[in-house]
Amino acid sequence: MKVLTPHPEKCQGAFACVKSCAKALNKKDDLAHSAIRPKKTAQGFSFTVCNQCGECIRVCPTGALRRNKAGTVLIQRDLCVGCLMCIGFCPHKAMFRVPGTATPFKCTSCGNCVKACPHGALTLESQDHANLPA
Amino acid sequence: MSEIDITHRTEVCHDLPGQKAAHKMLAEFRYTPSLPERGYTGRALRVDLAKKEIREEPIPDRIRELFTGGRGYGLHYLWNGIQPNTQWNDPENVLTIAPGPLCGNTQYPGSGKSLVVTLSPLTDIPIDSNVGGYFGPLLKFSGFDALVITGKAEHDVILVIDGVEGRVTLEEAPKENPDSHVAAEVFTRMYARDEKDLPNVSVVAAGRASEHCRVGCLNFSWYDIRRKCTRIKQAGRGGTGTVFRDKKLKALVVHGPRVTADANRPADLERIAKVGEKMHFEIHDYDDQQCHMRRQGTAHLVEIMDAYDLLPVHNFQYGNHPDTPKINSKVWDQRFTQTTVDGCWYGCSMACSKGADGFTLKTGPYRGHVVTVDGPEYETAAGLGSNCGIFDPHWILECNFYCDTYGVDTISYGTICAFVMECFQRGILNAERTGGLTVNFGDGAAQLELLHQLAQGKGLGAIAGQGVARMKKLFAEKGWGDPQLLGDMGMEVKGLEYSQYNSKESLAQQGGYALTNKGPQHDEAWLIFMDMVNKQLPTFEDKAEALHYFPLFRTWFGLCGLCKLPWNDIEPADNAKQPEPQKVPEHVQNYLNLFAGVTGREITIQDLLRMSERVYNFQRVFNLRMGKGRREHDQPPYRSIGPVTREEYQSRAERYDKELKEKIGVDPASLSLDEKIRRVREYRLDRYQKLCDAVYKRRGWTPDGIPTLETLQKLGMDLPEVVEVVRPHLKG
Repeated sequence: MKVLTPHPEKCQGAFACVKSCAKALNKKDDLAHSAIRPKKTAQGFSFTVCNQCGECIRVCPTGALRRNKAGTVLIQRDLCVGCLMCIGFCPHKAMFRVPGTATPFKCTSCGNCVKACPHGALTLESQDHANLPA
Repeated sequence: MSEIDITHRTEVCHDLPGQKAAHKMLAEFRYTPSLPERGYTGRALRVDLAKKEIREEPIPDRIRELFTGGRGYGLHYLWNGIQPNTQWNDPENVLTIAPGPLCGNTQYPGSGKSLVVTLSPLTDIPIDSNVGGYFGPLLKFSGFDALVITGKAEHDVILVIDGVEGRVTLEEAPKENPDSHVAAEVFTRMYARDEKDLPNVSVVAAGRASEHCRVGCLNFSWYDIRRKCTRIKQAGRGGTGTVFRDKKLKALVVHGPRVTADANRPADLERIAKVGEKMHFEIHDYDDQQCHMRRQGTAHLVEIMDAYDLLPVHNFQYGNHPDTPKINSKVWDQRFTQTTVDGCWYGCSMACSKGADGFTLKTGPYRGHVVTVDGPEYETAAGLGSNCGIFDPHWILECNFYCDTYGVDTISYGTICAFVMECFQRGILNAERTGGLTVNFGDGAAQLELLHQLAQGKGLGAIAGQGVARMKKLFAEKGWGDPQLLGDMGMEVKGLEYSQYNSKESLAQQGGYALTNKGPQHDEAWLIFMDMVNKQLPTFEDKAEALHYFPLFRTWFGLCGLCKLPWNDIEPADNAKQPEPQKVPEHVQNYLNLFAGVTGREITIQDLLRMSERVYNFQRVFNLRMGKGRREHDQPPYRSIGPVTREEYQSRAERYDKELKEKIGVDPASLSLDEKIRRVREYRLDRYQKLCDAVYKRRGWTPDGIPTLETLQKLGMDLPEVVEVVRPHLKG
């Protein structure tokens, strides 16, 4: 599977990843629609983003969260009942919901943010997902 | 147990087309489906099984204001449907299933409950039973705030509500097996359009035992997409399944629309989503440190109760047992499947509906079958286990399975079986009187054999199935035992068996059980820790206040279609620092937000309590109308108050001797054992009466336990028909 991998030491705080994600994932300019969330800290930048661990699959009561053939964890909207348990149980707090909407969203490892980052602070890395929740 | 294939079990669906082809259409009703508006559909579905009539009727705003929903609606329809002399098995008895306005929201844990209300075959007064599973929410999303069933069919029937098509049918269904684990699976697959549609179907069924006993329960199903089978939760208490089968109902089936986040069409979804997310985070962060509900369900309580001398052992004689570790939470943690989702409705991150998969049955009609056992919950582990002296997890699981599928309440059956075993121990019963059955404490095979007899209406099982109250009377009439001893050790009030906590050393809990409306079920008030351990209720007035507040607060869950567990089986990190931690103030605020978010109506905690108080007092008057509901009906068996036998006294001699010395003012050394038992008894019975006085006063009732006119007026519950019932009792 491809896992979006931040390299915080390279981040300059351009937030191009956030803008491109909101646009690519949810077709919005509002940055709250981004599934990648860099944050400035005293030590530099930290990133909140899905690593495709699949813990959310375990708690989804409807099977709306599944791992596709490529290994990416995706939400099937027509099965989601908006219970939001995946938000509470994501170990990385990387499942998001925009106020006023009913269902969550997450990183799909689409790579748009990787391309958008002018500093190479994001890469898509291949990882084995054979033993992760499917 | 992770190596168990959770999808493997013995096939129970045979010849669905043949079974369906044997159905005979008795009635059909077409309607326009509608989703609720702000949690309410405003419609009731009424079915008369005798007249084969199905119709809908609007629920007036006035009824909504007075009764809120759920249990309140059930009591309203029951009151209007029956007379003071109606018996449980008269055709006019009403069986209502009502989900409540907050039921069906998918964001907040514990929001899938519906309430079953009917005239109980055990108590002859209304019973209300709170149950999970998908039926309630799907009923509401099919268009109805209540399903109201009256009359009796001639032959076995099913009612099928199709909330997508807008069609309700009443069908004779002669071939299907009524046992719940089969009926739920068969009818779910029969009425789902395809595999994807299976979660949109829910079934209510009882089982073969409900035809022969007064402790029949109802099973409410949901489809478990991971196990690929139906699971069941029980409306356990008070014989709802008995009424169901007496009406010749084999099953209710609802096929609802696909569930969505806003199916309740709430006033403010964002407000609900926010409190829901907050609770999911809280459960994720603290459940592992607090109650372990997600791994063990309520079964985590077994060793806690044992440690505090509260676990019922040998028919509530004792509070702990050296073999408890054999049935404690570690055992259930291992036995329950941990790799799946166990909420009985969407969004329940508390996920306490645990299941033991790959279980092979040793006895009965399904011997050799591999099944999934739903549970055991704490009440079942304690009732079928320690209270009967059985500390073998296999027998507890097997009895749990058979109780469920036969349609028998595990709580009542546990207390019944424990009573029978003690009768056997004391020679009140013997092999001659039991038809050859030996029923000793600790004998799991005997417990199962008694249950199989009960399911067939045969032998001692047929007698046991009538409940503890009727057994006490029967054994006394036959001269088999001392009536006082039978009265003391038969654990029932108003005809309902005790649930599984030892209340002997907590005066507040003695009231929490015996001062309930429906009978001794802990869902009204569980005050043992507050009273005994945390010493928060030192005076009669403190206890009375708790016995006012908590029954009202908890009643509200039943009005709205909520589960009690997420209220205080998980707590915010800083809860202990709050002024009244026992009320879990942050969660109370969550519920106020939830109610406003769904219905659009802002409420305070006082409003919430008032909603409950109306219904609570209405139910008390309803009891009065049916010939109970006075002080004399709130009197518990002595074993729930103190030591009945010498062995019980000696098991806690230090405690009782201290009580004699410090509270009663006599030197225990100067008394014989029997004299000590007598003096403690006098003291404790007197103390219980003082508690009744304080509680009745706090509740606004007369010393005889009758709501006063002023109380009813204050609540707006002074309806002419209600006043007519209480007025004769208020004279003088």
